[in-house]
Amino acid sequence: MSATTIFGKNERKALIGPILTNNPIGVQVLGICSALAVTTRVDKALVMTAGVLLVTMLANVAVSLVRNHTPGSIRIIVQLAIIASLVIVFDQVLKATLYELSLELSVFVGLIITNCIVMGRAEGYAMQNPPLASALDGIGNGLGYGIVLIATAFLRELLGAGKVLGFTILPLVKDGGWYVPNGLMLLAPSGLFIIAGLIWLLRTVKPELQEKD
Amino acid sequence: MEHYLSLFVRALFLENMALAFFLGMCSFLACSKKVETAFGLGVAVAFVQVLTVPLNNLILAYLLKEGALGWITPALAKVDLTFLAFILFIGTIAAATQVVEMAVEKFAPGLYSTLGVFLPLIAVNCVILGGSLFMQERDYGFGESVVFGLGSGLGFALAIVAMAAVREKLAYSHVPAGLKGLGITFVTAGLISVAFMVFSGIQL
Repeated sequence: MSATTIFGKNERKALIGPILTNNPIGVQVLGICSALAVTTRVDKALVMTAGVLLVTMLANVAVSLVRNHTPGSIRIIVQLAIIASLVIVFDQVLKATLYELSLELSVFVGLIITNCIVMGRAEGYAMQNPPLASALDGIGNGLGYGIVLIATAFLRELLGAGKVLGFTILPLVKDGGWYVPNGLMLLAPSGLFIIAGLIWLLRTVKPELQEKD
Repeated sequence: MEHYLSLFVRALFLENMALAFFLGMCSFLACSKKVETAFGLGVAVAFVQVLTVPLNNLILAYLLKEGALGWITPALAKVDLTFLAFILFIGTIAAATQVVEMAVEKFAPGLYSTLGVFLPLIAVNCVILGGSLFMQERDYGFGESVVFGLGSGLGFALAIVAMAAVREKLAYSHVPAGLKGLGITFVTAGLISVAFMVFSGIQL
């Protein structure tokens, strides 16, 4: 088998598509819950992205491998069991390596189980496609999710605390600098406004994604 | 009593699942086009929430916590199974949703046809799993978990009905092309969430 057949058009589409044109958050409307809650700081967003990327990829592979042996009536519970096991592994690894960050993320690591991206891709893609393409689809969707998440977190941390990843970019007034932080950015609703702005941007650049009345 | 009341009010307004923690956003955005459907979903979520949070509380206390298995034989007293919480919680939720669905279909066919597809979808609603995970993280007792389940479930119902009411009015306004649909819904949810933040000043 030559390299082109392993990594053909379908696979490339599975990997690249979700990053922009079929973005899980901006276009498919999946996985919004966590996108809003964990984006106050860039490091939290990075960890969540890693978690969702790994879980989506591995769950897609596992679901795809058993897709021909799973009766249709119990497929949801099979998918949930696979996803929940993967999330438990990720949660334990996170607690062992980055304990403080795992405390701050609190319930949101566990909520990867019910993140619609993971379920949506397992049900919508991995049930019909071979393992390799499913893995790439998982990576693509994880990255598409991550881009929105990290962009939102970057704006919120920069404008809200004058920092990125803990490093001061805009020196704050209270530390003798010139930047007056925008407190709204650290509050929950700002995530909604920023993501609405990103969606607006995406749909202005790609007018075919705009919704009709 | 006062403690339970304050917990209820906090779960309902201050820590509203949808507007303060943004849980259940997917169904919050997808099912809030009409007040009627939003109300049906809200009631169903509240019902399942009241059922599953206390149920998971019992599972946690008598099966998973360190030493919880001591009632079988003393040899098991040191076993700590809390790492299995995720998978057992989601199992309970899926099972409870199934039972609720069958019960509603049998005893209240009218309600069943109103709720329709939303009932099974509740199993993967973040509000439900989130409620159980908050219960675990905050170490609620059984009574507290009942009150918390009721408050957070009703809070979600309140939020989604408010959202649907605003969106019904929004249908008649001129929205910039790129913001149509999803974008403006996000902005609306953000504004409602800002409005809900006034509750954060309440001292309980």
